[in-house]
Amino acid sequence: MQNMNRVVITGIGIYSCIGKNLDEVKDSLYKGRSGVVLDPVRKQFGYRSGLTGSVEKPLLKGILDRRARIMLPEQGEYAYMSTAEALKVAGIDHDFLDQNETGIIFGNDSTAQPVIEANDIVREKKNTMFAGSGAVFQTMNSTVNMNLATIYRLKGINFTVSAACASGSHSIGLGYFLIKHGYQERIICGGAQEINIYSMGTFDALGAFSVRENEPTKASRPFDRDRDGLIPSGGAATVIIESLESAQRRGAKILGEVIGYGFSSNGSHISNPTVEGPLRSLNMSLKDANIEAAEIDYINAHATSTPQGDMSEAQAINAAFGQCRPPVSSTKSMTGHECWMAGASEIVYSLLMMHNNFIAPNINFENPDEFSAKLNIADVVKEQNIDVFLSNSFGFGGTNSSLIVRKWK
Amino acid sequence: MEITQSNPMNKEEIISKVNEFLIEEFEVSADVITPDAPLKETLELDSLDYVDLVVIIEGNFGIKVQQEDFVGIRTFNDLYNYIITKSAQTTAV
Repeated sequence: MQNMNRVVITGIGIYSCIGKNLDEVKDSLYKGRSGVVLDPVRKQFGYRSGLTGSVEKPLLKGILDRRARIMLPEQGEYAYMSTAEALKVAGIDHDFLDQNETGIIFGNDSTAQPVIEANDIVREKKNTMFAGSGAVFQTMNSTVNMNLATIYRLKGINFTVSAACASGSHSIGLGYFLIKHGYQERIICGGAQEINIYSMGTFDALGAFSVRENEPTKASRPFDRDRDGLIPSGGAATVIIESLESAQRRGAKILGEVIGYGFSSNGSHISNPTVEGPLRSLNMSLKDANIEAAEIDYINAHATSTPQGDMSEAQAINAAFGQCRPPVSSTKSMTGHECWMAGASEIVYSLLMMHNNFIAPNINFENPDEFSAKLNIADVVKEQNIDVFLSNSFGFGGTNSSLIVRKWK
Repeated sequence: MEITQSNPMNKEEIISKVNEFLIEEFEVSADVITPDAPLKETLELDSLDYVDLVVIIEGNFGIKVQQEDFVGIRTFNDLYNYIITKSAQTTAV
């Protein structure tokens, strides 16, 4: 292959249960602070588990006009916040976006609350118009893309990636491919996740959530022997990627280089994980990056704290990295499972670690099981340089994504 | 508050109420609303906003509004008169 662009990260932003901006999140990651709470309303609603990440609703009145606000669902508001921060970090303003074609690919795979609320109104009023003019734009899965592309007057590629809990990761991977092959110079990538009471009930129905309700901050314990399920969480993360040429031309600060993207499908059960599927994704990302496993300094695991999922990932990581055993942690131990957003947020978390020379702890990792015992899991914060990290994301349907990012020197 | 046969609003009350919800819904200051001011330009209405205008008029006055009716409504005064007329028709039923 020839004339491939190098793809660099020039902007990141985050709005999550462990902080509403990069500084707050960096602090939480370093201190191993959990954002998980017990929400009694969920129990009353009928949830088996009332545990959830707690994300504060941003106040956008005075920041966005009425028209923009009434079209934004919850996760769109989070995505606006993380994107505003990422654009600021990248040094990109409205004037620049008006003059320079910029795309957007966001990960999002549900928008439950607006759908339910709009149809409740129609049922009551017997008149669709009472849903209002904003409802249709909130109720579509591409809501984050369509809203941000409108707010920022974007003129490049514009679509949503729906790939369950790998959505955010694939959004960056696809953006990376488009820039690498010269189709776009600059893309706003990311992932957004609603966390309202309507958004997670069907997932709770599977019995996949932790019921360690007496100890919310200890409930998410990826790789720990006594884990009993994941904790749903949400927010949004934005990762702005662009060609090296574009970044250098405009004098942007480069935060890292995306050097590898691997993907695969398990070709198996809709929710039960496999070892082989993620392993193919891992190996594909290493091959794309043209590096050896030993060059990976840190793995941000997908591990959500479910018994089966963590076990399978531990085996996959061990199969690919058993000889070199790089430090591994799952930041979901603090954030809970940010689902559609996770693949993007975990790139942001890992970049914060890379830039501040530490590995965030996999909190609540007290006792390994047979498989996690073979990994080098960081159970406490580690002061360590990271030159290259890998981040895994896996989702329902057997979709897998692995991204590799290298420090810019 | 909806208009009822036993307690119809007078013209001033209707104008006051219309102005109140327009200020609230479309986030404009009170001083831009004058009887002869153009509705569309003053409130910066686009095609989508007329849906919300219909909803709030129906919700506040209990009258049935068609989007097509807005073709003849150019000023705030036109809107007041439209609502007053429609309310009178509703209460007369």
